[in-house]
Amino acid sequence: MNWKRATFAALGVVPLIFLFGYGLTRDPKDIPSPLPGHDATPFSLAVFAPGQPPLNRSAGDTVRLADLKGQVVVLNFWASWCLSCRDEHQILSETAKDYAGKPVHFVGVLYNDEPDNGLKWIEQMGGQSYPSVDDPGARTAINYGLYGVPETYFLDATGRIAYKATGPVNERVIRHFVDSLMAAAAK
Amino acid sequence: MKIALLTLFMAMLGAAQQTPADSLLEARTAEVAAQLRCPVCQGLSIQESPSELSQQMRAVVKDQLRAGKTPDEVKAYFVSKYGEWILLEPKAKGFNLLVYALPVLLVAGGLGVIVIAVRKWTQTPTAT
Repeated sequence: MNWKRATFAALGVVPLIFLFGYGLTRDPKDIPSPLPGHDATPFSLAVFAPGQPPLNRSAGDTVRLADLKGQVVVLNFWASWCLSCRDEHQILSETAKDYAGKPVHFVGVLYNDEPDNGLKWIEQMGGQSYPSVDDPGARTAINYGLYGVPETYFLDATGRIAYKATGPVNERVIRHFVDSLMAAAAK
Repeated sequence: MKIALLTLFMAMLGAAQQTPADSLLEARTAEVAAQLRCPVCQGLSIQESPSELSQQMRAVVKDQLRAGKTPDEVKAYFVSKYGEWILLEPKAKGFNLLVYALPVLLVAGGLGVIVIAVRKWTQTPTAT
């Protein structure tokens, strides 16, 4: 056997195998967001779905991120045409109710949808405890680097993005981030 | 028929009213948009994609260029929101260099093997 030739071939092939192997360990759909750790882009959006007392806001009111400073903000992008949004809707709505009276603000942001469709959908889903705002032209969605819906952003009390959840969120994730961000704000 | 004629007339009027500055802005928008990846497609730029999000991203590109940002500043804005993934052509630095260097290295290696093999095959056997 020609050891010299075999070593030469191995030097070329082995790194390639490792490179492809490394590629297989990665999920191509998992695209890391550069936003966590950075200040959230300010927004000023009109409420189209008021929510329910005590978390409600009047339709037509403007929700401004600047006004929510000092509170943890849970920003959930959704649409009536989004099937996965159905999976998380009740969890978000019920969990938001549990945090009523605490320094946490849940806001739904309608993505590429008509407010009328959003209202019908909320009604079909049995209501939503917190208000939802319209995002014309998806400007806020693009400012938040949105790929699709649902996506949920957890903002700390200083207005910094702490975490971005892609896909439907579950109660454990919501409580974990809201509780830890509230605890950090209380320090 | 009337509607079609009216639409055609409006389109012609729109084209006639387009100033050179508008055309330049359109061209610059298309150039930047062609370098940005559509987040909801497979390997398409936001210039090529008909998706709603791509159209909205193109509108952002256009607005930012109109506001006086340079193409690099517009691209940097999208990178700051979506990461380097948003660029259809990754920057040639760090780990990304592999993407550019590997094909060249593989072609060079292959040519080397071919040259060695051809030399070996064409060597005239020495008389013993």
